[in-house]
Amino acid sequence: MELINLAVKSIFIENIVLAYFLGMCSFLALSKKVETASGLGLAVVFVLGITCPLNWFVYTFLLKPTALAWTGIPALASMDLSFLTFICFIAIIASAVQLVEMVLDKYFPPLYNSLGIFLPLITVNCSILGGSLFMVERQYTLVESTVYGFSTGFGFFLAIVALSAIRKKIRYSHIPDGLKGLGMTFILTGLMAIGFLCFSGISL
Amino acid sequence: MKFLLKQLEEGRKPFMPGGKLERLHPLYEANDTFLFTPSEVTHGAPHVRDAIDIKRTMIMVVLALIPAVLFGIWNAGYQFNMVNQTGDTGMIANLIQGAMIVMPIILVSYLVGGLWEVAFAIVRKHPINEGFLVTGLLFPLTLPPTVPLWQVAVGISFGVVIGKEVFGGTGFNVLNPALTARAFLFFAYPINLSGDQVWTKVDSAMNSIQGFTGATPLAIAAQVPAGGDVLAALHQADYAGFDWMRMFFGTIGGSIGETSALACLIGAVILILSGVGSWRIMAGSVLGLFAAATLLNLLPGEHFKAFTQLPFHYHMVMGSFAFGTVFMATDPVSSAASTAGKWIYGFLIGVLIVIIRVANPAYPEGVMLAILFMNVMAPLIDHIVVQSHIRQRKNYLRKFSYAKG
Repeated sequence: MELINLAVKSIFIENIVLAYFLGMCSFLALSKKVETASGLGLAVVFVLGITCPLNWFVYTFLLKPTALAWTGIPALASMDLSFLTFICFIAIIASAVQLVEMVLDKYFPPLYNSLGIFLPLITVNCSILGGSLFMVERQYTLVESTVYGFSTGFGFFLAIVALSAIRKKIRYSHIPDGLKGLGMTFILTGLMAIGFLCFSGISL
Repeated sequence: MKFLLKQLEEGRKPFMPGGKLERLHPLYEANDTFLFTPSEVTHGAPHVRDAIDIKRTMIMVVLALIPAVLFGIWNAGYQFNMVNQTGDTGMIANLIQGAMIVMPIILVSYLVGGLWEVAFAIVRKHPINEGFLVTGLLFPLTLPPTVPLWQVAVGISFGVVIGKEVFGGTGFNVLNPALTARAFLFFAYPINLSGDQVWTKVDSAMNSIQGFTGATPLAIAAQVPAGGDVLAALHQADYAGFDWMRMFFGTIGGSIGETSALACLIGAVILILSGVGSWRIMAGSVLGLFAAATLLNLLPGEHFKAFTQLPFHYHMVMGSFAFGTVFMATDPVSSAASTAGKWIYGFLIGVLIVIIRVANPAYPEGVMLAILFMNVMAPLIDHIVVQSHIRQRKNYLRKFSYAKG
C-alpha cells in the first residue's frame, strides 16, 4: 500500500516535469512527435529505474557518513564521503545511459536514430540526477527507491507523450508568429501543470 | 427583416477591403452572419449545404444554458432573501434580487472578454466567433455570487487570451477557456473561490445573523469521520437540510449555475436532441461516476472516511457534476474527438471526480480540475484510438490478402 502510494505520488502528484519543472530541455525539444516522445519517455523510465537503485547502493554503502562501517576498519568507518555524491551519481548515470544507448543501437535502430543526440544528453538531464538526489534527501529504502525511480520515469513519460499529442493537435492552429514553436510549448506546459494540479494534496 | 438586410448591405462598403473602416471588418462580419446566413460560397468542392455552422452550434449551447441561467438568477435571489431574512421570498422578488447580483457578473464577463475577442480579431484578422458567447456565459455560471467583479475581469481575460486566443482563436484551443479562467481564479484567489463555504451574498446593513457561514454539501460530507453516517449528516445540515430532492432542484447555496441538476438536465436534453453535445461523453462520465462511487461504497466504512459510503446518486446532484458534465466536458474543441475516445474521456472524468472529492482533502470539489486534466489527456486518447484503428485495419488487410492468395 505504501509503495502504491509512493508510485501514485511520484507519477501524478509530484510529477517531475509538471510539479518540479525538472528535465525541461528534453521535454520541450523532443515532444514534436508522439513516437519520438514515447521513445525518449521509455529511455527515461529505464534510466531512472536503473540509476535510482544503483545510486542507492553507492550512497548507502560508500558515500554517506559511516557508510564504510561494513569494512570493519576503524579509520574507514568514521569517514564521510558524501561530498562525492554529485560526481559519483553523474558517473553512474552516464554509464547507465551508455548502456541504454548500446541496447537501443543494437535492437531498436529506428528509435536510436530518431532520438539522435538527445539520448546521450539524458546523461545531463536534470530529472535523472534530480530523481537520485530526491531519493537521498527523502531517505528511501532500496525497494522504495526502485519504485520511486520507475514511477518518476513513468510520470515523465506520461507528461511528454501527452504534450506531444497536444502539439500534434495544434500543428495546424493559427498561432501568432512570435509564439510558434517553443513559446507555445512553454504556455502549454503551464496549462498542463494546471491540469495536473488536480492531484496535489491527494493522500491515499 | 428586409429593412435590416438592406441596412446591412448598405453599411458593407466601408468595411470591405479598401474602405475606410477596413480594419473593423471582423465586427461587421460578426453582425452580418449573426443575423443572416452568409452569402459567401466555399471556393472549391465539396459544398455542404447545412444551416448548422459553428455559429448555430454555439447559439444552441447558449439556448441550452438558459434554464441554468434563469435558475441561477432566481436561486441567487432566493438564497439572499433567505439568509438576510428580508421576509420576501416571492418569485418576482427573488428574480429581481438575483438579477441585481448575477447580471453585473455576466455583463463584466461579456464586456471584458468581448473586448479581448474583438481586439484579437482585428489585429489578427480572423472573424469574431460565437464561441465567445458560450465561454463568456459559462464562466460566470461557475462563479459564486459573491465574487468581486474585478476578479471576473481578470479571470475572463486569462481564459480568453491564454486559454484560447494565443492558440489562434475558437477551434484551436486545447483546454476549455471557461474552465481555464475558472481554474486560474481558483488558484490565484483561493479565499474567494475555495468552495468549502457556501456563497451567499450577505448584506451587512440588513443582516441580523452577521456573517453567514454554512458549508457546502461536499464539505459537510468530507468532514464526517470514519464510521459516521454521511447521509444523516447531510440531512441535518443547513437551514433546511441537504436531502436528495433539494439538491436535485438546487435550492441551495453554491456557484451561480451549478446548483440545480434539473436545469442542467434540461440543458442536456436540448444539447443531445440537437446533436450539439455528445451524449457519449455525458453517458461515459455518469458511468465512470457510478463505477467509482459504487466501488468506494464497497470499502469497509469503519476504516475509511464516511464520504466513501455516499451513494452515487448523491454524487450526481452534489457540487457541479451535472453542470460540468453537460456543458464543460462536452466542449467539442477540447474533448476527445473519436467515438471510442469520447467514452474513455467521459468515463475517466467521472472516475476522477469521485477520486478528487473523496481522496483529496485539498479540494472539496473536483469537477473543474478533473475535466481540465482530461482536456490535457484528450489528444493522447485520440492518438491511441486512431493508431489502434490503423493497426486493426492493417491486420484485417493482411488476413484478407492471405485468404485470397
